[in-house]
Amino acid sequence: MLSDPFLLKALLAGLLISVACGIVGSLVVVRRLTFITGGIAHAVLGGVGVALFFNIAPVWGIFISGQLAALILGIVSRMVKRYEEPIIAALWSIGMALGVLLAALSPGYQSDLMSYLFGNILLISPLDIVNVVVLDAIIIIITALFYKPLRIVCFDEEYATLRGLPTNFFYLLLLSLIALTVICVMRVVGLIMVIALMALPPTMMLRHTNRLHIVMLGSSLISAALIAAGLLISFRFDYPSGATIVLLTGLVFLVKTIISELRAKA
Amino acid sequence: MNGETIMTFKGVTFGYGPHLVLNDVSFSIKRGEYVGIVGPNGGGKTTLLKLVLGLLKPQKGKITLFGKDPEETRSRIGYVPQYFNVDRQFPINVAALIEAGLLNHCGFLPMSKKEAKAKIAEALKSVYLDGYQTRAVGELSGGELQRALIARALVSSPEILLLDEPTANVDPAVGVSLYGLFQELNKNHTIIIVSHDIGFVTSSVTSILCLNEKLYQHDGSKLTPEVIESLYGGHVHLVNHCHHCHGEEEEC
Repeated sequence: MLSDPFLLKALLAGLLISVACGIVGSLVVVRRLTFITGGIAHAVLGGVGVALFFNIAPVWGIFISGQLAALILGIVSRMVKRYEEPIIAALWSIGMALGVLLAALSPGYQSDLMSYLFGNILLISPLDIVNVVVLDAIIIIITALFYKPLRIVCFDEEYATLRGLPTNFFYLLLLSLIALTVICVMRVVGLIMVIALMALPPTMMLRHTNRLHIVMLGSSLISAALIAAGLLISFRFDYPSGATIVLLTGLVFLVKTIISELRAKA
Repeated sequence: MNGETIMTFKGVTFGYGPHLVLNDVSFSIKRGEYVGIVGPNGGGKTTLLKLVLGLLKPQKGKITLFGKDPEETRSRIGYVPQYFNVDRQFPINVAALIEAGLLNHCGFLPMSKKEAKAKIAEALKSVYLDGYQTRAVGELSGGELQRALIARALVSSPEILLLDEPTANVDPAVGVSLYGLFQELNKNHTIIIVSHDIGFVTSSVTSILCLNEKLYQHDGSKLTPEVIESLYGGHVHLVNHCHHCHGEEEEC
Protein backbone atom coordinates (compact mmCIF):
# COMPACT_ATOMS: atom_id res chain seq x y z
CA MET A 1 0.00 0.00 0.00
CA LEU A 2 2.84 2.40 0.92
CA SER A 3 4.36 2.04 -2.54
CA ASP A 4 1.31 3.65 -4.14
CA PRO A 5 2.47 7.00 -5.60
CA PHE A 6 -0.95 8.63 -4.90
CA LEU A 7 -0.75 7.69 -1.23
CA LEU A 8 2.88 8.74 -0.87
CA LYS A 9 2.09 12.12 -2.44
CA ALA A 10 -0.91 12.49 -0.16
CA LEU A 11 1.16 11.57 2.92
CA LEU A 12 3.80 14.13 1.97
CA ALA A 13 1.11 16.80 1.52
CA GLY A 14 -0.46 15.82 4.83
CA LEU A 15 2.83 16.14 6.71
CA LEU A 16 3.49 19.54 5.16
CA ILE A 17 -0.01 20.76 5.97
CA SER A 18 0.26 19.66 9.59
CA VAL A 19 3.05 22.22 10.12
CA ALA A 20 0.77 25.12 9.17
CA CYS A 21 -2.12 23.56 11.09
CA GLY A 22 -0.11 23.14 14.29
CA ILE A 23 1.44 26.62 14.30
CA VAL A 24 -1.55 28.73 13.29
CA GLY A 25 -4.12 26.43 14.90
CA SER A 26 -2.38 27.03 18.25
CA LEU A 27 -2.76 30.80 17.83
CA VAL A 28 -6.41 30.32 16.82
CA VAL A 29 -7.12 28.30 19.96
CA VAL A 30 -5.31 30.50 22.49
CA ARG A 31 -6.80 33.69 20.98
CA ARG A 32 -10.23 31.98 20.67
CA LEU A 33 -10.68 32.70 16.97
CA THR A 34 -12.32 29.47 15.81
CA PHE A 35 -15.56 31.20 14.75
CA ILE A 36 -13.59 33.74 12.68
CA THR A 37 -11.60 30.86 11.15
CA GLY A 38 -14.88 29.24 10.12
CA GLY A 39 -16.01 32.53 8.57
CA ILE A 40 -12.82 32.86 6.55
CA ALA A 41 -12.98 29.22 5.42
CA HIS A 42 -16.53 29.53 4.13
CA ALA A 43 -15.91 32.93 2.52
CA VAL A 44 -13.16 31.23 0.47
CA LEU A 45 -15.79 29.15 -1.33
CA GLY A 46 -17.12 32.39 -2.86
CA GLY A 47 -13.65 32.95 -4.32
CA VAL A 48 -13.64 29.41 -5.73
CA GLY A 49 -17.03 30.07 -7.37
CA VAL A 50 -15.82 33.34 -8.93
CA ALA A 51 -12.66 31.61 -10.22
CA LEU A 52 -14.67 28.73 -11.75
CA PHE A 53 -17.17 31.15 -13.31
CA PHE A 54 -14.49 33.27 -14.97
CA ASN A 55 -12.39 30.20 -15.82
CA ILE A 56 -9.28 31.31 -13.94
CA ALA A 57 -7.04 29.18 -11.69
CA PRO A 58 -9.02 28.52 -8.45
CA VAL A 59 -5.87 29.08 -6.38
CA TRP A 60 -6.12 32.81 -7.14
CA GLY A 61 -9.80 32.91 -6.19
CA ILE A 62 -8.99 31.09 -2.94
CA PHE A 63 -6.02 33.29 -2.09
CA ILE A 64 -7.72 36.63 -2.82
CA SER A 65 -11.05 35.74 -1.17
CA GLY A 66 -9.28 34.34 1.93
CA GLN A 67 -7.14 37.42 2.41
CA LEU A 68 -10.07 39.75 1.63
CA ALA A 69 -12.27 37.99 4.21
CA ALA A 70 -9.47 38.25 6.80
CA LEU A 71 -9.02 41.95 6.06
CA ILE A 72 -12.77 42.71 6.26
CA LEU A 73 -13.15 40.79 9.52
CA GLY A 74 -10.05 42.39 11.00
CA ILE A 75 -11.11 45.93 10.16
CA VAL A 76 -14.72 45.43 11.28
CA SER A 77 -13.75 43.82 14.58
CA ARG A 78 -11.35 46.70 15.32
CA MET A 79 -13.64 49.56 14.28
CA VAL A 80 -17.15 48.41 15.20
CA LYS A 81 -16.85 45.46 17.56
CA ARG A 82 -20.62 44.96 17.80
CA TYR A 83 -20.78 44.09 14.08
CA GLU A 84 -18.06 41.43 14.32
CA GLU A 85 -20.35 38.42 14.77
CA PRO A 86 -22.96 39.48 12.16
CA ILE A 87 -20.14 40.11 9.65
CA ILE A 88 -18.67 36.65 10.31
CA ALA A 89 -22.12 35.12 9.79
CA ALA A 90 -22.63 37.16 6.60
CA LEU A 91 -19.23 36.19 5.13
CA TRP A 92 -19.84 32.57 6.14
CA SER A 93 -23.20 32.21 4.40
CA ILE A 94 -22.74 34.67 1.51
CA GLY A 95 -19.38 33.07 0.63
CA MET A 96 -20.97 29.63 0.46
CA ALA A 97 -24.03 30.88 -1.45
CA LEU A 98 -21.85 32.68 -4.00
CA GLY A 99 -19.66 29.61 -4.44
CA VAL A 100 -22.60 27.24 -4.96
CA LEU A 101 -24.44 29.63 -7.32
CA LEU A 102 -21.46 30.52 -9.51
CA ALA A 103 -20.34 26.87 -9.70
CA ALA A 104 -23.87 25.94 -10.81
CA LEU A 105 -23.62 28.57 -13.55
CA SER A 106 -20.27 27.13 -14.66
CA PRO A 107 -21.03 23.84 -16.52
CA GLY A 108 -18.81 20.90 -15.66
CA TYR A 109 -17.36 22.34 -12.46
CA GLN A 110 -19.72 20.80 -9.90
CA SER A 111 -17.19 18.11 -8.90
CA ASP A 112 -14.46 20.73 -8.48
CA LEU A 113 -16.64 22.55 -5.97
CA MET A 114 -17.26 19.32 -4.06
CA SER A 115 -13.51 18.71 -3.74
CA TYR A 116 -13.13 22.12 -2.08
CA LEU A 117 -16.08 21.48 0.24
CA PHE A 118 -15.02 18.02 1.37
CA GLY A 119 -11.36 17.86 0.30
CA ASN A 120 -9.55 15.25 -1.74
CA ILE A 121 -5.93 14.91 -0.80
CA LEU A 122 -5.45 11.94 -3.11
CA LEU A 123 -5.92 14.24 -6.10
CA ILE A 124 -3.41 16.82 -4.87
CA SER A 125 -1.09 17.98 -7.68
CA PRO A 126 2.70 18.56 -7.55
CA LEU A 127 1.97 22.28 -7.90
CA ASP A 128 -0.30 22.10 -4.82
CA ILE A 129 2.57 20.52 -2.88
CA VAL A 130 4.92 23.32 -3.95
CA ASN A 131 2.28 25.85 -2.85
CA VAL A 132 2.02 24.19 0.58
CA VAL A 133 5.83 24.23 0.95
CA VAL A 134 5.87 27.97 0.17
CA LEU A 135 2.97 28.66 2.56
CA ASP A 136 4.64 26.62 5.31
CA ALA A 137 7.85 28.63 4.84
CA ILE A 138 5.90 31.92 5.06
CA ILE A 139 4.09 30.80 8.22
CA ILE A 140 7.28 29.54 9.92
CA ILE A 141 9.27 32.69 9.09
CA ILE A 142 6.53 35.12 10.20
CA THR A 143 5.78 33.20 13.39
CA ALA A 144 9.48 32.90 14.30
CA LEU A 145 10.09 36.58 13.60
CA PHE A 146 7.03 37.87 15.46
CA TYR A 147 6.65 35.11 18.07
CA LYS A 148 6.95 37.35 21.16
CA PRO A 149 4.62 40.15 19.97
CA LEU A 150 2.08 37.63 18.62
CA ARG A 151 2.13 35.81 21.97
CA ILE A 152 1.56 38.96 24.01
CA VAL A 153 -1.14 40.29 21.63
CA CYS A 154 -2.95 36.94 21.91
CA PHE A 155 -2.52 36.81 25.70
CA ASP A 156 -3.23 40.39 26.78
CA GLU A 157 -4.03 42.79 23.96
CA GLU A 158 -4.76 45.73 26.27
CA TYR A 159 -1.33 45.45 27.86
CA ALA A 160 0.31 45.14 24.42
CA THR A 161 -1.46 48.37 23.38
CA LEU A 162 -0.20 50.14 26.50
CA ARG A 163 3.36 48.99 25.73
CA GLY A 164 2.97 50.73 22.35
CA LEU A 165 2.84 47.59 20.20
CA PRO A 166 0.94 47.96 16.88
CA THR A 167 -1.81 45.56 17.99
CA ASN A 168 -4.04 46.21 14.96
CA PHE A 169 -1.17 45.23 12.66
CA PHE A 170 -0.50 42.02 14.59
CA TYR A 171 -4.21 41.13 14.70
CA LEU A 172 -4.51 41.56 10.93
CA LEU A 173 -1.28 39.56 10.47
CA LEU A 174 -2.77 36.76 12.57
CA LEU A 175 -5.99 36.73 10.50
CA SER A 176 -3.89 36.71 7.33
CA LEU A 177 -1.94 33.67 8.62
CA ILE A 178 -5.26 31.97 9.41
CA ALA A 179 -6.45 32.60 5.84
CA LEU A 180 -3.20 31.14 4.45
CA THR A 181 -3.56 28.03 6.61
CA VAL A 182 -7.20 27.57 5.65
CA ILE A 183 -6.08 27.60 2.02
CA CYS A 184 -3.58 24.80 2.78
CA VAL A 185 -5.85 22.67 4.91
CA MET A 186 -8.97 22.88 2.73
CA ARG A 187 -7.21 20.81 0.05
CA VAL A 188 -7.00 17.96 2.58
CA VAL A 189 -10.21 17.92 4.57
CA GLY A 190 -12.27 20.54 2.74
CA LEU A 191 -13.41 23.87 4.08
CA ILE A 192 -16.37 22.46 6.00
CA MET A 193 -14.09 20.39 8.24
CA VAL A 194 -11.10 22.70 8.38
CA ILE A 195 -11.88 23.98 11.89
CA ALA A 196 -11.57 20.52 13.47
CA LEU A 197 -8.03 20.00 12.20
CA MET A 198 -6.93 23.49 13.28
CA ALA A 199 -8.60 23.58 16.71
CA LEU A 200 -8.53 20.07 18.17
CA PRO A 201 -4.77 19.16 18.16
CA PRO A 202 -3.74 22.43 19.92
CA THR A 203 -6.55 21.98 22.47
CA MET A 204 -5.18 18.50 23.22
CA MET A 205 -1.69 19.99 23.76
CA LEU A 206 -2.77 22.83 26.07
CA ARG A 207 -2.98 20.56 29.11
CA HIS A 208 0.62 19.45 28.77
CA THR A 209 2.73 22.60 28.60
CA ASN A 210 2.88 26.25 29.62
CA ARG A 211 4.89 27.26 26.57
CA LEU A 212 3.19 28.35 23.35
CA HIS A 213 5.94 27.12 21.00
CA ILE A 214 5.70 23.64 22.55
CA VAL A 215 1.93 23.72 21.91
CA MET A 216 2.71 24.60 18.26
CA LEU A 217 5.28 21.83 17.89
CA GLY A 218 3.16 19.21 19.64
CA SER A 219 0.06 20.17 17.64
CA SER A 220 1.99 19.82 14.38
CA LEU A 221 3.12 16.33 15.39
CA ILE A 222 -0.39 15.30 16.48
CA SER A 223 -1.84 16.68 13.21
CA ALA A 224 0.79 14.81 11.18
CA ALA A 225 0.03 11.54 12.97
CA LEU A 226 -3.73 11.96 12.61
CA ILE A 227 -3.57 12.95 8.94
CA ALA A 228 -1.26 10.00 8.16
CA ALA A 229 -3.41 7.52 10.11
CA GLY A 230 -6.63 8.89 8.57
CA LEU A 231 -5.15 8.65 5.09
CA LEU A 232 -4.02 5.06 5.59
CA ILE A 233 -7.45 4.04 6.92
CA SER A 234 -9.29 5.82 4.11
CA PHE A 235 -6.98 4.30 1.49
CA ARG A 236 -7.30 0.80 2.95
CA PHE A 237 -11.11 0.82 3.23
CA ASP A 238 -11.82 3.23 0.35
CA TYR A 239 -13.43 5.85 2.62
CA PRO A 240 -13.51 9.59 1.79
CA SER A 241 -10.12 10.85 3.10
CA GLY A 242 -11.19 14.23 4.56
CA ALA A 243 -14.10 12.81 6.54
CA THR A 244 -11.95 9.91 7.82
CA ILE A 245 -9.19 12.27 9.03
CA VAL A 246 -11.67 14.58 10.81
CA LEU A 247 -13.60 11.71 12.42
CA LEU A 248 -10.36 10.16 13.64
CA THR A 249 -9.25 13.56 15.02
CA GLY A 250 -12.59 14.00 16.78
CA LEU A 251 -12.45 10.49 18.23
CA VAL A 252 -8.90 10.90 19.57
CA PHE A 253 -9.85 14.31 21.02
CA LEU A 254 -12.92 12.84 22.74
CA VAL A 255 -11.04 9.88 24.24
CA LYS A 256 -8.12 12.06 25.39
CA THR A 257 -10.46 14.64 26.96
CA ILE A 258 -12.38 11.95 28.86
CA ILE A 259 -9.13 10.35 30.11
CA SER A 260 -7.71 13.75 31.15
CA GLU A 261 -10.90 14.70 33.01
CA LEU A 262 -11.01 11.34 34.81
CA ARG A 263 -7.34 11.68 35.79
CA ALA A 264 -7.94 15.25 37.02
CA LYS A 265 -10.81 14.06 39.24
CA ALA A 266 -8.91 11.02 40.54
CA MET B 1 12.25 64.86 42.23
CA ASN B 2 9.41 64.68 44.78
CA GLY B 3 6.70 67.36 44.64
CA GLU B 4 6.68 67.81 40.86
CA THR B 5 3.15 67.56 39.36
CA ILE B 6 3.09 64.59 36.99
CA MET B 7 -0.63 64.15 36.29
CA THR B 8 -3.44 66.70 35.93
CA PHE B 9 -7.16 66.44 35.19
CA LYS B 10 -8.77 69.81 34.36
CA GLY B 11 -12.58 69.88 34.09
CA VAL B 12 -12.67 66.36 32.60
CA THR B 13 -16.11 65.13 31.54
CA PHE B 14 -16.79 61.72 30.00
CA GLY B 15 -19.92 59.68 29.35
CA TYR B 16 -21.15 56.65 27.43
CA GLY B 17 -24.02 57.94 25.29
CA PRO B 18 -26.28 60.25 27.31
CA HIS B 19 -25.07 58.81 30.64
CA LEU B 20 -22.32 60.90 32.25
CA VAL B 21 -19.74 58.86 34.13
CA LEU B 22 -17.32 61.64 35.03
CA ASN B 23 -18.54 65.21 35.40
CA ASP B 24 -16.12 68.13 35.55
CA VAL B 25 -13.39 66.24 37.41
CA SER B 26 -10.24 68.17 38.33
CA PHE B 27 -7.24 67.07 40.38
CA SER B 28 -3.51 66.75 40.20
CA ILE B 29 -1.02 64.17 41.44
CA LYS B 30 2.55 64.90 42.48
CA ARG B 31 5.57 62.64 42.12
CA GLY B 32 6.04 60.30 45.08
CA GLU B 33 2.39 60.41 46.17
CA TYR B 34 0.42 57.29 47.12
CA VAL B 35 -3.11 57.94 45.92
CA GLY B 36 -6.22 55.85 46.48
CA ILE B 37 -9.19 56.24 44.14
CA VAL B 38 -12.32 54.93 45.84
CA GLY B 39 -16.02 54.99 45.04
CA PRO B 40 -19.04 52.79 44.40
CA ASN B 41 -19.38 50.46 41.40
CA GLY B 42 -20.28 52.48 38.31
CA GLY B 43 -18.88 55.62 39.95
CA GLY B 44 -16.30 56.15 37.20
CA LYS B 45 -13.15 54.57 38.69
CA THR B 46 -12.42 52.30 35.72
CA THR B 47 -13.27 55.08 33.26
CA LEU B 48 -10.85 57.41 35.03
CA LEU B 49 -8.18 54.72 34.85
CA LYS B 50 -8.72 54.28 31.10
CA LEU B 51 -8.52 58.05 30.62
CA VAL B 52 -5.20 58.12 32.52
CA LEU B 53 -3.91 55.37 30.23
CA GLY B 54 -5.06 57.20 27.11
CA LEU B 55 -7.40 54.34 26.14
CA LEU B 56 -10.32 56.82 26.26
CA LYS B 57 -10.37 60.52 25.33
CA PRO B 58 -12.20 63.10 27.50
CA GLN B 59 -15.28 64.68 25.92
CA LYS B 60 -14.53 67.93 27.75
CA GLY B 61 -11.52 69.12 29.66
CA LYS B 62 -7.85 68.16 29.48
CA ILE B 63 -5.61 65.44 30.89
CA THR B 64 -1.84 65.72 31.01
CA LEU B 65 0.60 63.01 32.01
CA PHE B 66 4.17 64.23 32.50
CA GLY B 67 3.04 67.44 30.78
CA LYS B 68 1.89 65.68 27.60
CA ASP B 69 -1.08 63.76 26.18
CA PRO B 70 -1.39 60.38 28.04
CA GLU B 71 -1.10 58.42 24.79
CA GLU B 72 2.42 59.82 24.29
CA THR B 73 3.69 59.20 27.81
CA ARG B 74 1.73 56.18 29.07
CA SER B 75 4.77 53.92 28.63
CA ARG B 76 6.08 55.61 31.80
CA ILE B 77 3.16 54.03 33.71
CA GLY B 78 3.36 50.48 35.02
CA TYR B 79 -0.23 49.26 34.72
CA VAL B 80 -1.39 46.32 36.84
CA PRO B 81 -4.80 44.99 35.69
CA GLN B 82 -7.20 42.98 37.83
CA TYR B 83 -5.71 39.49 38.02
CA PHE B 84 -8.99 37.68 37.38
CA ASN B 85 -9.13 39.24 33.89
CA VAL B 86 -6.02 37.24 33.00
CA ASP B 87 -6.60 34.20 30.75
CA ARG B 88 -5.31 31.42 32.99
CA GLN B 89 -5.70 28.76 30.29
CA PHE B 90 -3.09 30.50 28.12
CA PRO B 91 0.16 28.51 27.78
CA ILE B 92 2.56 31.06 29.26
CA ASN B 93 4.97 30.92 32.18
CA VAL B 94 5.85 33.67 34.63
CA ALA B 95 9.12 34.61 32.88
CA ALA B 96 7.33 35.11 29.54
CA LEU B 97 4.57 37.10 31.26
CA ILE B 98 7.09 39.49 32.80
CA GLU B 99 9.20 39.64 29.64
CA ALA B 100 6.24 41.39 27.96
CA GLY B 101 7.07 44.42 30.11
CA LEU B 102 10.50 44.61 28.45
CA LEU B 103 9.36 44.49 24.81
CA ASN B 104 9.84 47.65 22.77
CA HIS B 105 7.08 49.19 20.62
CA CYS B 106 7.89 46.78 17.76
CA GLY B 107 7.50 43.78 20.05
CA PHE B 108 11.20 42.88 20.25
CA LEU B 109 13.54 42.64 23.23
CA PRO B 110 15.81 45.71 23.14
CA MET B 111 18.54 43.88 25.12
CA SER B 112 20.37 40.56 25.29
CA LYS B 113 18.58 37.47 26.61
CA LYS B 114 20.99 37.38 29.56
CA GLU B 115 20.18 40.97 30.48
CA ALA B 116 16.43 40.30 30.15
CA LYS B 117 16.74 37.23 32.41
CA ALA B 118 18.53 39.29 35.05
CA LYS B 119 15.86 42.02 34.94
CA ILE B 120 13.06 39.43 35.20
CA ALA B 121 14.77 37.81 38.20
CA GLU B 122 15.19 41.22 39.84
CA ALA B 123 11.51 42.12 39.29
CA LEU B 124 10.41 38.78 40.75
CA LYS B 125 12.65 39.29 43.75
CA SER B 126 11.11 42.69 44.43
CA VAL B 127 7.65 41.10 44.74
CA TYR B 128 8.96 38.11 46.74
CA LEU B 129 8.46 35.58 43.93
CA ASP B 130 12.09 34.47 43.55
CA GLY B 131 12.46 31.36 41.40
CA TYR B 132 8.95 31.50 39.91
CA GLN B 133 10.20 31.96 36.31
CA THR B 134 9.14 28.54 34.98
CA ARG B 135 5.83 28.32 36.85
CA ALA B 136 2.71 28.32 34.64
CA VAL B 137 0.57 31.45 35.06
CA GLY B 138 -2.49 29.20 35.32
CA GLU B 139 -1.05 27.44 38.38
CA LEU B 140 -0.48 30.59 40.45
CA SER B 141 -2.77 31.53 43.33
CA GLY B 142 -4.64 34.86 43.15
CA GLY B 143 -2.07 36.62 45.36
CA GLU B 144 0.89 35.14 43.42
CA LEU B 145 -0.61 36.15 40.07
CA GLN B 146 -1.24 39.67 41.39
CA ARG B 147 2.43 39.86 42.43
CA ALA B 148 3.55 38.51 39.03
CA LEU B 149 1.51 41.24 37.30
CA ILE B 150 3.14 43.85 39.57
CA ALA B 151 6.55 42.41 38.58
CA ARG B 152 5.56 42.78 34.89
CA ALA B 153 4.77 46.43 35.57
CA LEU B 154 7.99 46.98 37.57
CA VAL B 155 10.34 45.40 35.03
CA SER B 156 9.86 48.33 32.63
CA SER B 157 11.10 50.74 35.36
CA PRO B 158 7.92 52.86 35.44
CA GLU B 159 7.61 56.16 37.28
CA ILE B 160 3.97 55.54 38.21
CA LEU B 161 2.40 52.25 39.30
CA LEU B 162 -1.30 52.16 38.47
CA LEU B 163 -3.14 49.28 40.15
CA ASP B 164 -6.74 48.33 39.34
CA GLU B 165 -8.51 46.67 42.31
CA PRO B 166 -5.37 44.83 43.45
CA THR B 167 -7.05 43.20 46.45
CA ALA B 168 -10.35 42.22 44.80
CA ASN B 169 -11.00 38.48 45.23
CA VAL B 170 -7.89 37.79 47.31
CA ASP B 171 -7.89 36.59 50.92
CA PRO B 172 -7.67 39.36 53.58
CA ALA B 173 -4.25 38.08 54.64
CA VAL B 174 -2.98 38.32 51.04
CA GLY B 175 -4.53 41.82 50.82
CA VAL B 176 -2.59 42.93 53.90
CA SER B 177 0.68 41.61 52.48
CA LEU B 178 -0.01 43.30 49.12
CA TYR B 179 -0.61 46.68 50.80
CA GLY B 180 2.65 46.17 52.71
CA LEU B 181 4.37 45.62 49.36
CA PHE B 182 2.78 48.79 47.89
CA GLN B 183 4.08 50.87 50.79
CA GLU B 184 7.54 49.50 50.13
CA LEU B 185 7.27 50.23 46.39
CA ASN B 186 6.07 53.77 47.17
CA LYS B 187 9.63 54.59 48.28
CA ASN B 188 10.64 54.65 44.59
CA HIS B 189 7.37 54.99 42.70
CA THR B 190 4.27 57.17 42.61
CA ILE B 191 1.40 54.77 43.28
CA ILE B 192 -2.24 55.10 42.25
CA ILE B 193 -4.63 52.42 43.48
CA VAL B 194 -8.19 52.08 42.21
CA SER B 195 -10.27 50.20 44.74
CA HIS B 196 -13.68 49.85 46.31
CA ASP B 197 -12.04 48.56 49.47
CA ILE B 198 -12.12 51.79 51.50
CA GLY B 199 -10.78 50.08 54.62
CA PHE B 200 -7.56 48.94 53.01
CA VAL B 201 -6.99 52.08 50.95
CA THR B 202 -7.50 54.62 53.74
CA SER B 203 -5.12 52.76 56.02
CA SER B 204 -2.12 53.29 53.78
CA VAL B 205 -2.45 56.06 51.16
CA THR B 206 -1.29 59.65 51.46
CA SER B 207 -4.25 61.10 49.54
CA ILE B 208 -7.67 59.92 48.44
CA LEU B 209 -9.88 60.64 45.45
CA CYS B 210 -13.53 59.83 46.13
CA LEU B 211 -15.32 59.35 42.87
CA ASN B 212 -19.00 59.02 42.11
CA GLU B 213 -19.44 60.86 38.81
CA LYS B 214 -18.03 63.92 40.58
CA LEU B 215 -14.88 64.17 42.64
CA TYR B 216 -15.79 64.42 46.33
CA GLN B 217 -12.49 64.82 48.08
CA HIS B 218 -8.85 65.11 47.31
CA ASP B 219 -6.51 65.67 50.18
CA GLY B 220 -4.63 63.68 52.73
CA SER B 221 -7.14 64.23 55.53
CA LYS B 222 -9.00 61.36 57.12
CA LEU B 223 -11.96 60.04 55.16
CA THR B 224 -14.92 60.79 57.41
CA PRO B 225 -18.17 58.78 57.55
CA GLU B 226 -20.01 61.90 56.25
CA VAL B 227 -17.86 62.01 53.11
CA ILE B 228 -18.37 58.28 52.54
CA GLU B 229 -22.14 58.64 52.97
CA SER B 230 -22.30 61.47 50.45
CA LEU B 231 -20.11 59.40 48.11
CA TYR B 232 -22.27 56.28 48.27
CA GLY B 233 -25.55 58.27 48.42
CA GLY B 234 -26.88 56.74 51.64
CA HIS B 235 -26.04 55.43 55.07
CA VAL B 236 -22.88 53.37 55.12
CA HIS B 237 -21.92 51.02 57.92
CA LEU B 238 -18.24 51.80 58.32
CA VAL B 239 -15.94 49.25 59.89
CA ASN B 240 -12.33 50.23 60.55
CA HIS B 241 -10.20 47.15 60.00
CA CYS B 242 -7.23 46.89 62.28
CA HIS B 243 -4.74 45.24 59.91
CA HIS B 244 -2.05 44.80 62.50
CA CYS B 245 -4.38 43.27 65.08
CA HIS B 246 -5.85 39.80 64.99
CA GLY B 247 -9.60 39.61 64.77
CA GLU B 248 -10.16 43.05 66.32
CA GLU B 249 -12.22 45.61 64.43
CA GLU B 250 -13.35 49.05 65.45
CA GLU B 251 -16.83 50.06 64.31
CA CYS B 252 -18.23 53.57 63.93
